[in-house]
Amino acid sequence: MSFWHFLQTNWPELLLLVRQHVVLVFVAILIAVLIGVPAGILLTRYRRLRGPVLGIANVMQTIPSLALFGFLIPLPFIGGIGTGTALVALVVYSLLPIIRNTVTGILNVDPNVREAAVAMGMTGSQVLRQVELPLAMGVIVTGIRVATVIAVGVTTIAAAVGAGGLGVYIFRGLRQYDNNLLLAGAVSWALLALAADGLLGLVERQFSVDAKHSASASFVHKLAVAAAVILVIGGSVMWLGRSQPASTNRVAIGSKDFTESALLAEIAAQMLEARGVSVERRFELGGNLPHEALVAGTLDLYPEYTGTSFTAILHHAPVTDPRAVYAEVKQEYAEKFKVEVSQPLGFENTFAILVRGDDARRRNLKTISDAAPHTSQWRAGFGQDFMSRADGYPGFSKAYGLKFAEVREMDLSLTYIALSSRQVDLIAGNSTEGRIATLDLFQLADDRHYFPPYEAVYLVREDSLTRVPGLQEVLAKLANAISTDEMRRLNYEIDGKKRDPKEVVREWLKGKGF
Amino acid sequence: MGHNEAQEALVQFHNVTFSLPSATIISDLNLTVERGETLVLLGESGCGKTTTLKLVNRLLTPTSGEVVVEGKATTVWDPIELRRRIGYVIQEGGLFPHFTIARNVALVPALSGWDDARTRERVREMLNLVGLDPNRFAERYPRELSGGQRQRVGVARALAADPPLLLLDEPFGALDPLTRASLQREFADLAARLGKTAILVTHDVREALILARRIGLMHKGQLLLLETPERFRASDHPQARAYLETLNVNGDAA
Repeated sequence: MSFWHFLQTNWPELLLLVRQHVVLVFVAILIAVLIGVPAGILLTRYRRLRGPVLGIANVMQTIPSLALFGFLIPLPFIGGIGTGTALVALVVYSLLPIIRNTVTGILNVDPNVREAAVAMGMTGSQVLRQVELPLAMGVIVTGIRVATVIAVGVTTIAAAVGAGGLGVYIFRGLRQYDNNLLLAGAVSWALLALAADGLLGLVERQFSVDAKHSASASFVHKLAVAAAVILVIGGSVMWLGRSQPASTNRVAIGSKDFTESALLAEIAAQMLEARGVSVERRFELGGNLPHEALVAGTLDLYPEYTGTSFTAILHHAPVTDPRAVYAEVKQEYAEKFKVEVSQPLGFENTFAILVRGDDARRRNLKTISDAAPHTSQWRAGFGQDFMSRADGYPGFSKAYGLKFAEVREMDLSLTYIALSSRQVDLIAGNSTEGRIATLDLFQLADDRHYFPPYEAVYLVREDSLTRVPGLQEVLAKLANAISTDEMRRLNYEIDGKKRDPKEVVREWLKGKGF
Repeated sequence: MGHNEAQEALVQFHNVTFSLPSATIISDLNLTVERGETLVLLGESGCGKTTTLKLVNRLLTPTSGEVVVEGKATTVWDPIELRRRIGYVIQEGGLFPHFTIARNVALVPALSGWDDARTRERVREMLNLVGLDPNRFAERYPRELSGGQRQRVGVARALAADPPLLLLDEPFGALDPLTRASLQREFADLAARLGKTAILVTHDVREALILARRIGLMHKGQLLLLETPERFRASDHPQARAYLETLNVNGDAA
């Protein structure tokens, strides 16, 4: 599909994402200005507070954004998933440049001018409003401009907590290796950043004392014009982006940030919608966010794998018996989280140790043990998830006694391409990945039965099961309904053929007679 | 010169000491400024002359002793009211760069709530008084003016609300010698014509001799000498002689 064609068919969604992005940035900057400018003014009055407050703002800005979202999820009121959390994080990131520039701007006012103002008999607030703020305004607007451009960037990450925005396209594009999605997301993002920068640059020039005053509008006049422009833009964007009224018969479905998880979530979503339930889709959440959100009650259900729950959430050492793992997870989730584990869906998505098909044939490799003698000359590429978890790289390499020439940590979805284009020689992919067949990759058998079972299930809050009509019925129908081959094919429809997941799911449900 | 203090003294320093934690800037200063006179405080950098000035309009308050302005101690005055009755001129004028010349001059009238027509008229009058054509300069910004022009605007701003007292801190220090000389002459005329009381701080003995009715020589926070220019020239105080000798070095016959 050409990029142009992609834009023609997807522009309504793209516009929606742009709108979400702009609203997030606008509201966050508005809040950050309302907090940051008064805070900055205060810091110029109380010198002793300056170091600590700027220090804290500085540290907050160095927290990686994904980590910050992670901290925020479990918090009451400001946490959870969605727009609220994203706003809190964006405000945190925007504060530093705004506070710092307010302080700098005011302190940089010529001391002679300030002294003259006081000596002429201006009161403290007159000095602030008529002298310090107008003279500092150029620097303050520069701070707001920097904060805005940063916020436009950080908002991209907000997609990971389900707040929408252009990050949705960028994450999805990376995952599906879809250049159209990436391009649409990144280009719109860049245009947005440039537009914000340019617009605020104009405002900044308005306030600069050194600018030519051809039409010498008063400070208040300029402020009013700037505020009006910002309010009109922001207001119209927000009016356009106003949300639909909440339905009483509503369910929030989450998914992790990869195609299969989103697909399984979409299946449940469409089946529930067919039964008259209104579904809120909170797909493509990063890391442990879906789990945190489920426990916190912002999600009703999301698809998970038993092995992940067993090791990553419950922190057990890997076990190889699928029945034992399933039984243990079901019992502990009920006790600890009041969460029900559905019947297995019928397939496993375990780690698949993959090499290139031609390598496997040439060296006659069938199992991981066959490959062990060669790995000292190989480069390996692993996703962040595999690198960090107990049953991932550390245990795996030990179990088989593997030593690699080089181990690269990269985005999981990029490893397949990296392998087929000979950037790396061995990767740990997903067994249901559609591209295994299309890129001619070969899955080495886990002959020492190292990897624990990863049966796909839905995790559902117990209270949701009683609250949402038809939910029990849907879960019963999906028990053992999807085979590994079927899952690979569905994944390939989306990742390989770049088809719309909703359409793929609709088709599959029809074929199944659900 | 005999004087009736209640009638004639506009500013009085009574045993004023001003200290910072690290040093004493002014020690036990006694000084009376009479209505209508121009008193010049002469001294080198750090002698406490600028501090003395700031004690008058309560930018600073004495550590001990009191400064009395128009019969009332500065600590008793409402500082805002006090400062609006005192014109203040500093080096480079201290003009607001984001205000037009007209708005700069109109500052104290505007703060005091004068109506627009009266303020506009006053601005024109003041600009004319300091030799700037209102039609040419009113709507310009300070950076579009030369140093001398800015200094004139500074004087106009200080005079705008017709304060009884002017404080001038090295007002002509940053100007080239020719501009300085002509501004000094004009200021002397102006002060005499308007009958203003002025306290002017400088390190330039020539300026002191031109402008002062009395010269106060300051050194290390103390007032060494308070004399008319004639008696200052004749003084045999070593500090005064040192200043006067700089005139001779410059080839000035004094």
